[in-house]
Amino acid sequence: MVTALLDERRARRIAEQVPDPELPMLTLADLGVLRDVSLAEDGTVVASLTPTYSGCPAMAEMRAGVAARLRAAGYARVEIRTVLDPPWSSDWITAEGRRKLAEHGIAPPGAAPARAAGPVPLVLSPTRRSVPCPRCGHPDTEETSRFGATSCKSLWRCLACREPFEYVKEI
Amino acid sequence: MSDDHVYLTLAEGHDDDTRWAYGTGFEDPLHGVDTSVPDDLDAGELASVCVTLADDALVSAQRLAEWTTRAPELEEEVALANIGLDLLGQARLLYSRAGQADGTGRDEDAYAYFRDAGDFRNVRLAELPNGDFAFSIVRLLVFSSWRLAHFERLTAHRDPVLAAIAAKGVKELAYHRQYAAEWAVRLGDGTEESHRRMRKAQEQVAPYLGELFTAYDVRDEVVAVLRQVTEAAGLPMPVYRPLPGSGRTGDHTEHLAPLLAELQGVARAHPEATW
Repeated sequence: MVTALLDERRARRIAEQVPDPELPMLTLADLGVLRDVSLAEDGTVVASLTPTYSGCPAMAEMRAGVAARLRAAGYARVEIRTVLDPPWSSDWITAEGRRKLAEHGIAPPGAAPARAAGPVPLVLSPTRRSVPCPRCGHPDTEETSRFGATSCKSLWRCLACREPFEYVKEI
Repeated sequence: MSDDHVYLTLAEGHDDDTRWAYGTGFEDPLHGVDTSVPDDLDAGELASVCVTLADDALVSAQRLAEWTTRAPELEEEVALANIGLDLLGQARLLYSRAGQADGTGRDEDAYAYFRDAGDFRNVRLAELPNGDFAFSIVRLLVFSSWRLAHFERLTAHRDPVLAAIAAKGVKELAYHRQYAAEWAVRLGDGTEESHRRMRKAQEQVAPYLGELFTAYDVRDEVVAVLRQVTEAAGLPMPVYRPLPGSGRTGDHTEHLAPLLAELQGVARAHPEATW
């Protein structure tokens, strides 16, 4: 029993360290997409992942990456499950993940919009968000495009140091 | 299984009928999700709801992808492609759910690549050619407003898988609607020329509005959103003039078959292709 628990903890640690294919400075645990790792009675490691966006093309690579690392660590039977509910939120990016993003010049997301039940309101007035530049720290920045190189990021620029930077969207 | 290279790992996990050379088929996007259908649900009806919503998304994604290399600015091209990618992801999940529910076990590729135009249930609005940027924006505004309202209702669906797909989609669709609404205001309230083109686009979209509202009860909510946007844009509300027929029953314009020919061409020419 104790061995099984230790074994499960070890499997979890291994899965947690798998890097994200699109934001390789983050582990899957930092990104908050690794929902659970458990050891079944027959010794199968069951790892549960959740996609960030429905169309995230990195999902297949994440699954393959977790399976490969666990097998390399000696777990012969590995099962990867997809969890859709509850849907991923940028709030699940860990404090450590946010620190690493900023360190790599990517502005971490603010708090995801709280959604009450019922129709989603449309806000047309410009929403002033303060996103400090991840390079020089200056607060004077502006959004250049809500959509960037990957689904989860938008494009911004700093008006002080003039550098463009990416910002992980709140979702 | 080779563990040393992620692509080898992907390629080896297949049986003989793998076909991911031209598309997605390397793994069921619902892999490992509990796929049972609740006892009190009509599984055939659930499958048809899923296929309808997936067809809307697939056809829209194809049109959005056509903007790549043609959009007015790089940022807009990236935005439209990203929106298309979200919709493609929604289509994949919904087709997979449909195949589980209707008992045929068909995978996403079977639905996307091996059905003909008459079998598609998307609204005709989705299949119309892109036209100019104003037309694509008005269409995206209408489509994403409707889909967001409808998905929000679906989060309470009795099928937990469909409800979860919808909950995920709501977050994405809110971004799509926001993008289209901001462009609609910018163009409607822009120059004389951009305003004129928006008016024209509204007239082109108007005949196809009715199709969205026949099956689902979100009309008032969507109309309220469209009113909010048109008022801010200085545009009139589109006049509702319904056309006969509906894409929901398989009546399509002459534009769907050529769109599908391009989308399905490689898959049908090389049905057993693998990488």
